[in-house]
Amino acid sequence: MQPAKQLAKFMFLALGLAASILPAAAQNREALTLCQTLEPPILDPSGGAAAAIREVTYGNIFEGLVAYDRDGRIVPALAREWSASADGLVWQFRLRPAQFHDGSAVTAADVKFSFERAVAPDSKNAQKWIFEPIAAIATPAPDLVEITLKSFTADFLEGLAMGDATIFSPASMGKAATEPVGTGPYRFVRWQRGDRLLLERNDSWWGPKPALKSVTFRFISDPQAQVSALLAGDCDAHTNLGAHEAVAQLRADPRLAVTIGRTEGETIVAINNAKPPFSDLRVRQAMAMAVDRRLVNEGAVSGLGTPIGSHFSPNHPAYLDLTAERPVDLARARALLAAAGYPNGFAATLRLPPPAYARRGGEIVAAMLGQIGIRATIEPLEWPQWLERVFRNKDFDMTIVAHVEPLDVNIYARDSYYFGYQSPAVKEAYARTKTARGEVERREAFQKIQRQIVEDQVNLFLFMLPKITVARKGLAGLWPNWPVPANPLAELRWE
Amino acid sequence: MALFLIKRLVGLVLTLFLAALVIFLVLEILPGDPAAMMMGVSATPETVAALQAELGLDRPAATRFLDWLAGIFTGHLGLSYTYRVPVAGLIAERLVVTVPLSLMALALAVTAGVTFGTLAAANAHRRADMIVMVLTQLGLAIPNFWFGILLILVFAIGWGWFPAGGFPGWAADPLLAFRALLLPAIALALPQAASLARITRSTMLETLSEDYIRTARAKGLSRGQTIRRHALRNALIPVLTILGLQFSFLLAGTIVLENVFALPGLGRLLIQAIGGHDLILIKSLVLFYVATAILVNAMVDLAYGLADPRLRVGRA
Repeated sequence: MQPAKQLAKFMFLALGLAASILPAAAQNREALTLCQTLEPPILDPSGGAAAAIREVTYGNIFEGLVAYDRDGRIVPALAREWSASADGLVWQFRLRPAQFHDGSAVTAADVKFSFERAVAPDSKNAQKWIFEPIAAIATPAPDLVEITLKSFTADFLEGLAMGDATIFSPASMGKAATEPVGTGPYRFVRWQRGDRLLLERNDSWWGPKPALKSVTFRFISDPQAQVSALLAGDCDAHTNLGAHEAVAQLRADPRLAVTIGRTEGETIVAINNAKPPFSDLRVRQAMAMAVDRRLVNEGAVSGLGTPIGSHFSPNHPAYLDLTAERPVDLARARALLAAAGYPNGFAATLRLPPPAYARRGGEIVAAMLGQIGIRATIEPLEWPQWLERVFRNKDFDMTIVAHVEPLDVNIYARDSYYFGYQSPAVKEAYARTKTARGEVERREAFQKIQRQIVEDQVNLFLFMLPKITVARKGLAGLWPNWPVPANPLAELRWE
Repeated sequence: MALFLIKRLVGLVLTLFLAALVIFLVLEILPGDPAAMMMGVSATPETVAALQAELGLDRPAATRFLDWLAGIFTGHLGLSYTYRVPVAGLIAERLVVTVPLSLMALALAVTAGVTFGTLAAANAHRRADMIVMVLTQLGLAIPNFWFGILLILVFAIGWGWFPAGGFPGWAADPLLAFRALLLPAIALALPQAASLARITRSTMLETLSEDYIRTARAKGLSRGQTIRRHALRNALIPVLTILGLQFSFLLAGTIVLENVFALPGLGRLLIQAIGGHDLILIKSLVLFYVATAILVNAMVDLAYGLADPRLRVGRA
């Protein structure tokens, strides 16, 4: 008995001693530890689609000619001002005096280099469409870029504001993926893969001096570990918490502030429109009347998502609230199924990718479809398998996925997209969004698409994925919403 | 003896080759294209093809296998598909977390296991023994990831003695780095310590009933002296055997605990590589795990051979 007691006492003391060797770090007003869920695989935003690349680099290490602000508006970045010719074909960008982190000046030649590299045959740019309308790039002066387009393109400037249109220094390209040299307010210091990435204020940045001197990004993928790190004070903020169910607990903590915002992720039950019985509009309508998006939102993301009635973000000015269309009505749904020739329903598969919204949402959707006789078998897939089977080979009946690119309604105008929808009306309207000369006409075209895809009930539109920001009180300036996935550090400060 | 060693060595190399072949083939069959995975759902097929060419995925499987085999000997294991840096460097970067973590856990497990086991045997069927037996039962029953979460709850969130996870790096601050590994090492050591304690107790009890122990007591040694000088050493031989066998479990445990504590070790790299479909990284990592397990077992075998000539003759 005695020895056991002594031993326990000894081990406990040893633990305390090990812990007390170091004093707790005092709060540093110029430092910040920002935690995010996923680690960027590389840091070159023109070489991969991963949102995590942009979450670290956008507006911090790298800049484009123009940028999105927190409200999704386009603001100047490396271009001080710009203008388009009356026919919208010739764009002139006037560059501000700026330097790369290696000290070299940003010139028109760098812009020409970056855009020509993005559109080259061996380019790995995930958003090549941004650069495809470009016919020629001229550099009449070191601070003047003149871009001539093949045809009028209404969303040309929006494309240039994305991380994929970053301006690089030709000399730094070899190491852009691992030791990036950009123009932004923060320069890359060190990256301990799997754990953290260190940035330091770039004192020769063109903008007002940022408040934070050094920022550490930490990458914590496990939702429980995210909550622990916040509660233990290891993270000053988490940019998009994965543990939806912990929101109430974190809200109750007086040290923390929780903000529920929106990403651009339209979460949908995608339906294989090309495959019977789903090729029958009545079947898809019946499904829409059986699935209650509010309950799915509740179960999949603890009710923190914003319900949507079509594939369009409420963050955008052209948004139409169509959530009241085709309300839940099981009797009518069964009647529609019977009219389509399935009075006893049918069996189908629901292939789900790994995120919690899909796996949890899938259980609920399957149960709701079961009420009208559609017997959905759930098949969980890993991302690579999902991409290969569902996305590329279109080998599926139904799936649940969030489409996270901003303004990605264009997927309904594509010829061979995975959900197999073909509509001349949508194609025509989408072409009009590209050629529209005024905002009003463009907005109308977007609204026409929103209505048309609900009328055709291409997919079941559920909710926008939430962005859950948890920060230590006193930290100001984090973006509440993600018009693009980004955490511009120059806007942050301790109050 | 030389023949014995050569035979073991040839067996070892053959096993590793077969393991490499199986790993490569399994990953070859696995559906999913790493390039498509990285470019997301908006990229055009041409862009994906450009990336495939850059990653060397368009070359025949046999060529890739032979390149990889050659790379195992030269250390050039290729570039990671997702991180675009050499695989060997990535693995080396992560070893500085996983190896110290495993060694700390091993040290903790042996110290705690042998101490508690001896204590229980010395006080067999008395209260200290009962307590140790109940504790070891608990230690075996509690999954170590759950114990890890419990440790975080108490020592990181509750008392703020330790960070809840992460790893600052040895270069930045060795003490902080040590502190970051302590809680996961304890969680990792728990089930090992529990089973070691049980084994130590039973072998110790067996040893304590041997004649030479009675002789030692008869010549005037105290009970404690007898245990320390005579019984412990003999009782530890089977314990060491078990330790060798348990090493694979320890490695597997690091995969889980590195995730719970957000540590940038090999195990977390493996999970990240699987998530990102980084096949080139997965196969080198899996081979590394397999090789470590095989080598440890071979070393245990060799140690037997050295210690016990009968085994050598029997196998030769």
